[in-house]
Amino acid sequence: MENVTQAIQGVPLNHYILLCTIIFSIGVIGVLIRRNAIVIFMSVELMLNAVNLLLTAFSVHHNDPSGQVFVFFIMALAAAEVAVGLAIIVMIFRNTNSTDVNILNKLKW
Amino acid sequence: MNALITLSVLAILVLYLGLYKAKNALLPVTLIGLAAALALSILEWNSGAAPIYSGMMLFDNFAVAFTSICIISTMLILLISKDYFEHISEHVAEYYTIILFALIGILVMVSFHNLSMLFIGIEIMSVSLYILAGIRKHDFKSNEAALKYFLMGAFSTGFLLLGIAFLYGASGSFDLTAIKEYVIANPTGISPLFYSGVTLMIIGLSFKIGAAPFHFWTPDVYEGSPTLITAFMSTVVKTAGFAAFLRLFMVCFAPLHDFWMPVLLVISVLTLFIGNVTALYQHSFKRMLAFSSISHAGYMLFAIVALGPLSGNSVFVYASAYSIASIIAFAVLILVKRQTGSDNFESFNGLARKNPFIAFTLTVAMLSLAGIPLTAGFIGKFMMFSTALSEYHIIMVVLAVVNAVIGIFYYLKVIVSMYFKSAERNEVQSSPYFNFVLGFSALLTIIVGVYPGFISNLF
Repeated sequence: MENVTQAIQGVPLNHYILLCTIIFSIGVIGVLIRRNAIVIFMSVELMLNAVNLLLTAFSVHHNDPSGQVFVFFIMALAAAEVAVGLAIIVMIFRNTNSTDVNILNKLKW
Repeated sequence: MNALITLSVLAILVLYLGLYKAKNALLPVTLIGLAAALALSILEWNSGAAPIYSGMMLFDNFAVAFTSICIISTMLILLISKDYFEHISEHVAEYYTIILFALIGILVMVSFHNLSMLFIGIEIMSVSLYILAGIRKHDFKSNEAALKYFLMGAFSTGFLLLGIAFLYGASGSFDLTAIKEYVIANPTGISPLFYSGVTLMIIGLSFKIGAAPFHFWTPDVYEGSPTLITAFMSTVVKTAGFAAFLRLFMVCFAPLHDFWMPVLLVISVLTLFIGNVTALYQHSFKRMLAFSSISHAGYMLFAIVALGPLSGNSVFVYASAYSIASIIAFAVLILVKRQTGSDNFESFNGLARKNPFIAFTLTVAMLSLAGIPLTAGFIGKFMMFSTALSEYHIIMVVLAVVNAVIGIFYYLKVIVSMYFKSAERNEVQSSPYFNFVLGFSALLTIIVGVYPGFISNLF
C-alpha cells in the first residue's frame, strides 16, 4: 500500500491535466455526436467528473483543501441536475415514447 | 445580505402556503416578501461593504444595484402572473417558489466574491429555470424547450467548471482578490493554464447569456417556454448573467484586457449581426423578442469589451431599460395571445383602435428597445456607445449603429400592425394588474429617458 501511495505521488501534474482534458474532450464529443438524451446526459456527467479529478489533482498540488471542497459542491450539483434532468427526460418519453433528440424539431423558424 | 435570507425564508413560506391551500395569499405574500427584500438590500447601499461569509460574497453597491433591479423586475413579472399559472395546473405555489429560488441564485450570482459562489449561484438559478421552462407538461413545445435548455445548460456548466479548475490550478485560489493579486504579481509569467481558463470561462458565460456563436438554444427555449417564464428568462436572468460576467472581468481579469478583448469584440459584433438580421425574418412576435434579446446581449457586451470604471453603470442602465421594456412587450403578448391564440404579428392588427392604452405602452416599449430618444433605451445605448468610444473602438460603434438601424425596422413592424393595419377584432380583456404593470413600466421608461440623471451615475 505504501508503495502504491508513493507511486501515485510520483505522477507529475501535467499528466493529470492531460488525462482530464482527454476525458473532458470525450464528454464534449459525446454530447455533440450522440443522439440519445440519456447518453448525452451521461457525457455531460463525464465532463463534470473530469473537472472533479482535475480539481482534486490541483488541490493536492497546491496543498490547499478548498479545491476538494469544490468537488463536493460539484457532486451535490450533479445530483440535483440528475433529479431535474431525468424528470424532464421522463416527461418527454411519456409524450413521445422516445428519448431521441432528433424528434425535438418542433421549434424552428 | 439580509435580502438573501429574507428571500430564502419567503420561498419556503410560500411553499407552506401552498401546502395549506391558501391560494389567495400566495401573490400578496410573495410581493410583500419581495418588497421587504428590496428594502433590505437598498439599506445596504454605501455601507462600505467587506467580503462576508469567509470571503464568499461581497454585497457592494454593484451588487445592491443589480439585486434591486432584479427584484423589481421579478415583482412586475409576478404581478402579471395573476391567473396565469392557474391555467397551467393546480400547483401554483410551487411555481412561485421556484421563481423565488431562481431569484436567490441570481442574488448569489451578482454578489459573488469567490468562484465557487459564482458556480453555485448560476446553478441554483439554472436548475430552477430548467423546471420552469417545462411546466406545461403536456405541451410538446414546452417539453422541447425544457430538454434543450437543460442539455445546453449542463453542457455549458461543464465549460465553466473546467475554466474555474484551470484558474484554480494556475492561481491556487478561488477567491477573486487572490486571483487578481496573482495576475498583478506575475505580469509576464502567467501560466498558460490561466489563459485557457479565461477562454473557457468566456465560452461558459457566453452560453449562459446567449451570445453568438453560443446562442443557438436561445430562440427555441424562449419560444417554447410559457410566455411568463420567457419574460423572466429574458429580463432578470439575462441581467444577472451580465452582472456576473462583468463582475468577474472587472475584478479578476482587467489586467489581461489585451488578451480577451479581441475575443469578446468578435463575439459581440457577431451577436449583434446574428440577432438583428435573424429577427428581421421572424413572423412570430415571441420569437422576434428572443432574437432581439440576443442582439441586446451584443450591445451589453460592449461595456465588457470597453472595460472601465463606467462599465458597471452602463450595463446597469442598459439592463434596466431593456428589462422594463421587455416586460411590457411580454405582458402585451400574454394578453393578445390569450385573446387570439396566436403570437404572430398579424394578431396585433388593429389593436390601437380597440385598446389604445395597451397599444400606447407597447409602442413606448418598442421605441425604447429600438433606442429612440426620450426613452430609457436611448440612454442605455448612448452610455454603451460612449463607453466604447472612450476606448477608441470606433469601428465597433459604427457596426453597432448599423445594427440599431436594422433593429428599428423590426420593432416598428409591430407598431405598424397595431396602428395602420385594420382588422376585425374584439377588445383585449385586460385586468387592473396588467394595467398597473404596463402603465408603471411605460412611465418608468419615459422618466428615465427624459431625466436620466438619477440612474445614470449611481456608481
